[in-house]
Amino acid sequence: MLETGTLPNAAGYYGPFGGRYVPETLVAALDELEASFQRHHRDPAFVAELENLLHFYAGRPTPTYHAARLSRELGGAQVYLKREDLAHTGAHKINNALGQGLLARVSGKRRVIAETGAGQHGVASATVCAMLGLDCVVYMGEEDVHRQALNVARMCTLGAEVISVTSGTRTLKDAINEALRDWVTNVDSTFYLFGSATGPHPYPRIVREFQRVIGREARAQIQELAGGLPDTVVACVNGGSNAIGIFSAFIEDPGVSLVGVEAGGYGGDQGEHAATVESGTPGILHGARSLLLQDEGGQIIGTHSIAAGLDYPGVGPELAYLHHVGRAEFATFGDADALDALELLARTEGIIPALESAHAVAGAIRMASETSSDCVILVNLSGRGDKDMETIAAQLGTRG
Amino acid sequence: MNRIDASFKSAEAESRLVLAPYVTVGYPTRESAVELALAYVEAGADMLEIGMPFSDPIADGPTVQLASQIALEGGVWLEDAFNMIERIRSQTDIPLVPMGYVNPFMQFGFDSLARELAAAGADGLIVPDVLPEHADDIEAAHAEHGLYLIRFAAPTTPRQRLRHVGSGAQGFIYCVSVTGVTGSRARLADDLPAYLARVGEATSVPRMVGFGISKPEHLRALHGRAEGAIVASALIDIVQASPPGAGIEAAAAHVRNLAAAA
Ligand SMILES: Cc1ncc(COP(=O)(O)O)c(C=O)c1O
Repeated sequence: MLETGTLPNAAGYYGPFGGRYVPETLVAALDELEASFQRHHRDPAFVAELENLLHFYAGRPTPTYHAARLSRELGGAQVYLKREDLAHTGAHKINNALGQGLLARVSGKRRVIAETGAGQHGVASATVCAMLGLDCVVYMGEEDVHRQALNVARMCTLGAEVISVTSGTRTLKDAINEALRDWVTNVDSTFYLFGSATGPHPYPRIVREFQRVIGREARAQIQELAGGLPDTVVACVNGGSNAIGIFSAFIEDPGVSLVGVEAGGYGGDQGEHAATVESGTPGILHGARSLLLQDEGGQIIGTHSIAAGLDYPGVGPELAYLHHVGRAEFATFGDADALDALELLARTEGIIPALESAHAVAGAIRMASETSSDCVILVNLSGRGDKDMETIAAQLGTRG
Repeated sequence: MNRIDASFKSAEAESRLVLAPYVTVGYPTRESAVELALAYVEAGADMLEIGMPFSDPIADGPTVQLASQIALEGGVWLEDAFNMIERIRSQTDIPLVPMGYVNPFMQFGFDSLARELAAAGADGLIVPDVLPEHADDIEAAHAEHGLYLIRFAAPTTPRQRLRHVGSGAQGFIYCVSVTGVTGSRARLADDLPAYLARVGEATSVPRMVGFGISKPEHLRALHGRAEGAIVASALIDIVQASPPGAGIEAAAAHVRNLAAAA
């Protein structure tokens, strides 16, 4: 029997993955965060305030939508979309940012830092900080600052300071390094609003808790719409926050298969993709033991994905565990698959997904065309494509 | 007796601080890294901290990051660290304490690592991203070969935790002088004496102060408050700022000044 309901254990482990591998300077802050989370996340007043914000501010519940034209076009399973793209700021990241933002407020720390890849977590953090009256600093790799320029402009408009990170590979990995260095330096005054279901304990636990709302809603919605549980739930995976958010509601349902889609980039060689579960090996990065893309010497290697929010050599410990015990499967779809899926969804349903989410759609398209029309596939459409329009136009514009 | 213990014993007898300059494996180059280390020994180092580069050094500021990056671009592997330690050991009897982030060590295997380090002549190991509560396997592997796994204290560590960290500590406690990353600083933190006193109350293991220590006056201020100091970024900054070929001598001259104040 899977023990997922009781995980992580007291030390923050999900089987062999997780834990807390950080400099001593951060231990007191992580202990404090854990205690605060334990105290508040079931506290009725805290829960009521968060639910209120999720509803009136973020626009929840987001709908689950039957993509009937797309399904017909594919000629197989029925595809349903959990529309996280319709949440305020355009992605699921707002759920976690609101939850942690409230924890930041009760901590008394006035300064919030965050890392971001696609810029969605940065925008969500900047948004919540503006609304709660907190200062916000967002670390973002220089390459992502260029390819997600629209989100940089949004963060600045919201009053956040965006720091362009020029070390290492200049993407999400290096933004996290820089955010951790900031936190080590300013830990007394600063709350680190971590964006994905990874990092040192208790972050994977906290992020799962605040993203569980996706699965809770989707489970009730799909039962009403489709008359039962889905056969398959699909989500794109980077650190794994949108995936664990929707998977968490179905883990105990043995009949529901859980599929994470990782970024295949443009090839299978080192540095050409970000398929951490498929190609990675156990290791320790950014505070947690998990699967990593690394060389034989244990140095972390660069990744590639057209989706900035999937371009990272790690994965959250709980997803690594679900893979380890065989409860979740992982598939890899590349840049071209994602663009094709994005175009098909746009043309058949009038929905332009984020490039990250387009990877999940690509997975669903493949699975739908291989299964019969009585099968139900639920896709977590984690975000909208507005932020990616420059990349999309450059890539698809020429296709006409 | 472990050379680390012996070093603190003789420093105490002379009322001196143990001075530990830091060198990066493969920096400035594979060859000159050994020369640099030996020049520090010649200049009066009591101990050497030998840093193994990592692609994602989250506890390091720009200076040590740069040295790591240069070394990694030069293709440095853990084997180069063993080789470097062995070559330094053949020339000196002072304690040699390698330092590195956990992932490369984990990939190599903690047992193999401890065996190779002991064979090369190391005396301990510093792993800044492993906490005592996650260190059982790595600590046991090193204990088997007589190597100490060094523990950390930080200004943010509460008293009770200091006692916990101190209770199993061996060799010395690495006292991070500031909340922050490595990097040379103009002055010591105002609350450093109170913090070092807190560590001293929690444990009798010697205190080595690191992060930001750069000048002789810093060492003079540490007398009576700590048992030793580690100097890293200040020395790398000197190597970086020196004309080609002159870095080793310039950095060693600084170590000589530091040793006079230790
Ligand atoms: C729309 C969207 N989906 C997915 C992700 C991937 O993150 P995670 O795996 O944490 O859901 C991101 C990250 O930036 C994103 O912006």
